[in-house]
Amino acid sequence: MTTSTGTAPGPRALARQRRRASVARFWRQYRSERAGLYGLTALSLCALLALFAPLFVGSDVSSVTDAPGRPMQSPSAEFPLGTDQFGRDLLGLVIWGSRVSLLVGLLAAVLSVAIGTLIGVTAGHFKGWYATVMMRITDWFLVMPTLVLAIALATVMSRSLTTTVVAIGVTTWPTTARLVRAQTLAVETRPYIERAQALGGGHWHIMSRHVLPNVMPLVLAQTTLIISSAILAEATLAFLGLGDPTVVSWGGLLQDAREAGAVSAGDWWYLVPPGIAIAVVALAFTLCGRAVESVLNPRLGVSR
Amino acid sequence: MTADATPALVEDEQRTAAGPRVRRSSAYPRYLAGKVAGAAVSLLAVLVTSFFLFRLIPGDPVKTMTGGRQVSAEQLAAYREEFGLDLPLWRQFTDYCGKALTGDFGTSYQFRAPVVDKITEALPNTLLLTGTAFVLYTALGIFLGTRSAWRHGKLGDRVNTGLALTLYSIPSFWLGLLLIIVLSVGIGPLPGMFPTGGMESGGEEGFAYVLDVAHHLVLPVVTLVAVEYGQTLLVTRSALLDEMGSDYLTTARAKGLRDDLVRRRHAVPNALLPTVTLIFINLGRTVAGVILVETVFSWPGLGGLFYQALSVPDLPLVQGLFFVFAAAVILMNTLADLVYPLLDPRVAR
Repeated sequence: MTTSTGTAPGPRALARQRRRASVARFWRQYRSERAGLYGLTALSLCALLALFAPLFVGSDVSSVTDAPGRPMQSPSAEFPLGTDQFGRDLLGLVIWGSRVSLLVGLLAAVLSVAIGTLIGVTAGHFKGWYATVMMRITDWFLVMPTLVLAIALATVMSRSLTTTVVAIGVTTWPTTARLVRAQTLAVETRPYIERAQALGGGHWHIMSRHVLPNVMPLVLAQTTLIISSAILAEATLAFLGLGDPTVVSWGGLLQDAREAGAVSAGDWWYLVPPGIAIAVVALAFTLCGRAVESVLNPRLGVSR
Repeated sequence: MTADATPALVEDEQRTAAGPRVRRSSAYPRYLAGKVAGAAVSLLAVLVTSFFLFRLIPGDPVKTMTGGRQVSAEQLAAYREEFGLDLPLWRQFTDYCGKALTGDFGTSYQFRAPVVDKITEALPNTLLLTGTAFVLYTALGIFLGTRSAWRHGKLGDRVNTGLALTLYSIPSFWLGLLLIIVLSVGIGPLPGMFPTGGMESGGEEGFAYVLDVAHHLVLPVVTLVAVEYGQTLLVTRSALLDEMGSDYLTTARAKGLRDDLVRRRHAVPNALLPTVTLIFINLGRTVAGVILVETVFSWPGLGGLFYQALSVPDLPLVQGLFFVFAAAVILMNTLADLVYPLLDPRVAR
């Protein structure tokens, strides 16, 4: 039955076709969300800039010893964004910093959503004591002030990028877990799950083949929204001096600026670009997330 | 019907008459007890976490405390004893929990003063800042959110929502730093108008003191309001939009009520119910924003203290503040749970 005969496509090709059709449908609806398009454009530009940063700026841009300019120069033709307290080119630093800020934001969001999805799907699938315990833990994390917990974690661990990623990821998963669990419970009431169980599908098969694909769109929207808050959280941790001091990130640049006395000296050019970069990327991810959400679930009403 | 039977009968009648009513109103106490018990469990969990979280730290807290100075072995031992670090872990834990329940969070490494004293000293300053900001951003958020929803899709709504989302994406500490540069330090021809930080200039008394504190309060409050009002706006807006298709609004309009009356008397009170929950949760959630804003403006509150404690790190102080921040959020969430059914009786049932 499953072998393809004549022109009829095989099950794999059929699945691929369906997937392509749903992606196309998704894109058609996404295109009508103007704010989402702006966000996507801004993100693509930032991603390109971060990816190709080594082409415009050397990796020695953050080197303190052979800085090209004099300390604290205001913007000029040579240094469009001025220089920092060591005479380093700020434009180069901001571009270079995008790599760390975006990477940490992405990794932390992926970690957070992965934990949330795992707990949400399993708690929705296995009911009983396991679900009760998991949801208790989730609720507890949910009432904790996320950033305070992340700060505490970052304080007790050694300063590194991994610490930042873990501190953000481990504290932000509960909302995802709740959403995913609710969606899992909804999916599991559908008849085809019963059919799969009747045909002998095990827990793993049902969770990975039937529940997860149906939860994925929601997870995607959630990831986009969490990246935005993860980038803000990374900047905050770096600003509080809890980030990795050896790498350049936007939050770290703001901390450097503050420590170098840029605020009291009125050296605005040192502060403005990193902050704008953070705001633009965070806003772009928020816009994309809201657009994805309103395409997938028009009843949610976030962007109406 | 005999005379002596009457009282019993009346009592019985009363009981049956009051029966359903009593049972209905008893839903709230049970709901209340459940929520309070939940909060108590959460607080205990926070306490346990605050103990073990800060024992994760590699290295010796005593070494951190002495900051790498040359210290003799006897002195180290004395420090250990002073801070109870010589005891086995389980004793430290039971000691910690027992003392914490009586409000004792140990001695701060850097200030050599009880953690509780430092916290109670800074608390009023934080409450002044958050209280002022809270009133303003809640009022602003509800006002703009209502207007936005009522004229949704129009230019005003788009500007409102766009601005709220943008400010929501801005790191609060960055906004604070910019405000200091522009309005305190002064930029170009613009003179500095506000103090760069702190809470008072010192030496002022009476009404002049109040004015001085208010002057210091302006920039931190503006920063907090700017980053926080957006969420209230968005929640109010979407709650009101959900409400706007309702039949009772059509009825109200059909009987000829003016549009602004329909909005004020009918739609807004109902739509504000979810906002009430958010308001309480916000009060607790503002904690993180306060840490940053106080750090930037050197405001002598809990957030500023937290930052000072982080850089050492002064573990007992970090621990105590962590507990206070988490407890504030849990308390506010519980309050939201408790108030909500009074506004919307369907919740407790």
